[in-house]
Amino acid sequence: MPLDKATLDQFLDTLRRFVDERLIPAEAEVDATDKVPQAIVDEMKELGLFGLTIPEEYGGLGLSMSEEVEVAWTITHAAPAFRSVFGTNVAIGSQGIVIDGTQEQKRKYLPKLASGEFISSFALTEPDIGSDAGSVKTRATKDGNGYVLNGAKRFITNAPTANVFTVMARTNLEEKGARGVSAFIVDADTPGIRLGKPENKMGQKGAHICDVVFEDCRIPGDALIGGLEGVGFKTAMKVLDRGRLHVAATCCGLADRLIDESVNFALDRKQFGQTIGEFQLVQAMLADSRTEHDVAWALVRDAARRGEAGEPITRLGAEAKYYASEMVGRVADRAVQIHGGSGYINDYPAARLYRDVRIYRLYEGTSQIQQLVIARDMLKEARSRRA
Amino acid sequence: MKVLVPVKRVIDYNVKVRVKADQSGVDLANVKMSMNPFDEIAVEEAVRLKEAGTATEVIAISMGPEQSQETLRTALAMGADRAIHVVHDGELEPLMVAKMLAKIVSEETPDLVVLGKQAIDDDANQTGQLLAGLLGWGQGTFISKLKIEGGAISVTREVDGGLEKVGLKLPAILTVDLRLNEPRYASLPNIMKARKKEIAKKTPADLGVDTTPRLKTLKVAEPPKRQGGKKVGSIAELVDKLHNEAGVI
Ligand SMILES: Cc1cc2nc3c(=O)[nH]c(=O)nc-3n(C[C@H](O)[C@H](O)[C@H](O)COP(=O)(O)OP(=O)(O)OC[C@H]3O[C@@H](n4cnc5c(N)ncnc54)[C@H](O)[C@@H]3O)c2cc1C
Repeated sequence: MPLDKATLDQFLDTLRRFVDERLIPAEAEVDATDKVPQAIVDEMKELGLFGLTIPEEYGGLGLSMSEEVEVAWTITHAAPAFRSVFGTNVAIGSQGIVIDGTQEQKRKYLPKLASGEFISSFALTEPDIGSDAGSVKTRATKDGNGYVLNGAKRFITNAPTANVFTVMARTNLEEKGARGVSAFIVDADTPGIRLGKPENKMGQKGAHICDVVFEDCRIPGDALIGGLEGVGFKTAMKVLDRGRLHVAATCCGLADRLIDESVNFALDRKQFGQTIGEFQLVQAMLADSRTEHDVAWALVRDAARRGEAGEPITRLGAEAKYYASEMVGRVADRAVQIHGGSGYINDYPAARLYRDVRIYRLYEGTSQIQQLVIARDMLKEARSRRA
Repeated sequence: MKVLVPVKRVIDYNVKVRVKADQSGVDLANVKMSMNPFDEIAVEEAVRLKEAGTATEVIAISMGPEQSQETLRTALAMGADRAIHVVHDGELEPLMVAKMLAKIVSEETPDLVVLGKQAIDDDANQTGQLLAGLLGWGQGTFISKLKIEGGAISVTREVDGGLEKVGLKLPAILTVDLRLNEPRYASLPNIMKARKKEIAKKTPADLGVDTTPRLKTLKVAEPPKRQGGKKVGSIAELVDKLHNEAGVI
């Protein structure tokens, strides 16, 4: 059920205070220690952040896409490592079950994901399989009533702390493409699962990724999401469709924060006897960042509304993710430029966020893959108009 | 045990306050307003008393314009059970607020009223004490610790010289200081539940209180700009300046 404006505003207000009073003051510590303090994780649970998109009947908040992007925008005024703690439960880690799961799978997992008792991960990427995600090599071999998993997954967000994985694995070896892939929900404590050591990432310290290796990992038949083989890649793509809007909103939230940092610095820093904000070349950078943010944010909100109204979301989501992730890269680069040498020093949020936002052009489909999705959809539409 | 918590809608503590050009007051146009931070601590404490099983009902009260409802919704989302809104546009002086609260106390018969020690707009620091005076109840002001056992309350007060421990009997008035607790952030489910909780509306007339101002604001001005400090060369010079220039010793 959509929230009335006053309720949503009050919640966003509360989140903004949480961001300003708790998260932003802890950013430097998280960057230095590579760990989000447990007290903050507990407060996130209390606030219901783990269950934003999980339906109310399973203990979540059941936010609509429009509401979800507002929350993502607000919370990412703080370093995105904080969002990452609950990000997989809200997006890629839970949505496979929400969208295509059976009743039993929903009942078993969603309440625990909504409360934050369980952390979830989404395991698609492999050492040899990235953008070409339909070609996954990890195998799920039928064995009696269940399956045996063999293969390796790479760069899996939150895997070091995950309780459950959504795993894309090939059930049909005859079928080389996406149609041979199925999606499974796998408990992390299943024998035969080994985790690699957490990667030393460029940014987003405090959020962790690692390899997940399956060696004769035996899982029950009811681990197959939706009880259907061969539709796992479709499930993954549906999950990513919604996920892309969430990522796009995240990029916009971070851009808005970077603009705040830039404007404040420009008001304080003096050179040649005046604040640098007086220089028109600095003003041009501020104006470009503001305008580009507003364009991206309008695109995200519009895409969310149109998706809710029933329009197909694949192309709109790709446009939003593509534009917003490239936009925040430019905004972060200008923020560093406006800060001068200080922008290269990790004590300044501009420097940390510059590293943090680089990921958004890479994961959940690189910019190039988004361009392909957009253009292919345009061509398909034009072709069908001709036929 | 029933607990009343008055909450005031004030300029958000993050906003830089600006004086109106005509010096008639502070500019409130398009300014973010929030619950007085000390009142948030009061609500938090009352809700904790309820969660601990000490309190049975927490009632939030606010006096002010239509928008004070939002402040009450915040209190309800934090865990207050119901609310009373005394609708009034324009200024209310501490004595009027205390008189209205006293009337509400006589109607609601609570065992405890927990207030912020002061509101961050006028920093008057009077309402709690005036209310205690009007009711003839004991008061524990500026508290940083609270313990309730049976009918007895023990509080730690933050006073100029340090900390002071005071024992009180119920019913009582408490005003809370910053270090008493850290208020919670309301979760969305609780915000949604709060929308369904009751807010009773009253007017000052209903409570028999005359709101004709007794004070007149002549002028509101920015504090003077701070002068830069002076460096002294020796202790003797410092003492000399404190004595002869500043006149403080
Ligand atoms: C911090 C982090 C978190 C991650 N979290 C997860 C996660 O939780 N779950 C998960 O499954 N994966 C995750 N990933 C993996 C991520 O989704 C992939 O890295 C990403 O999809 C790109 O794949 P790749 O690294 O193999 O690059 P490649 O696919 O090898 O791409 C290399 C380059 O080639 C370009 N390219 C590839 N194909 C084409 C083409 N057809 N046309 C034009 N250009 C092309 C790409 O755009 C890119 O520039 C994460 C990665 C990181 C770094």
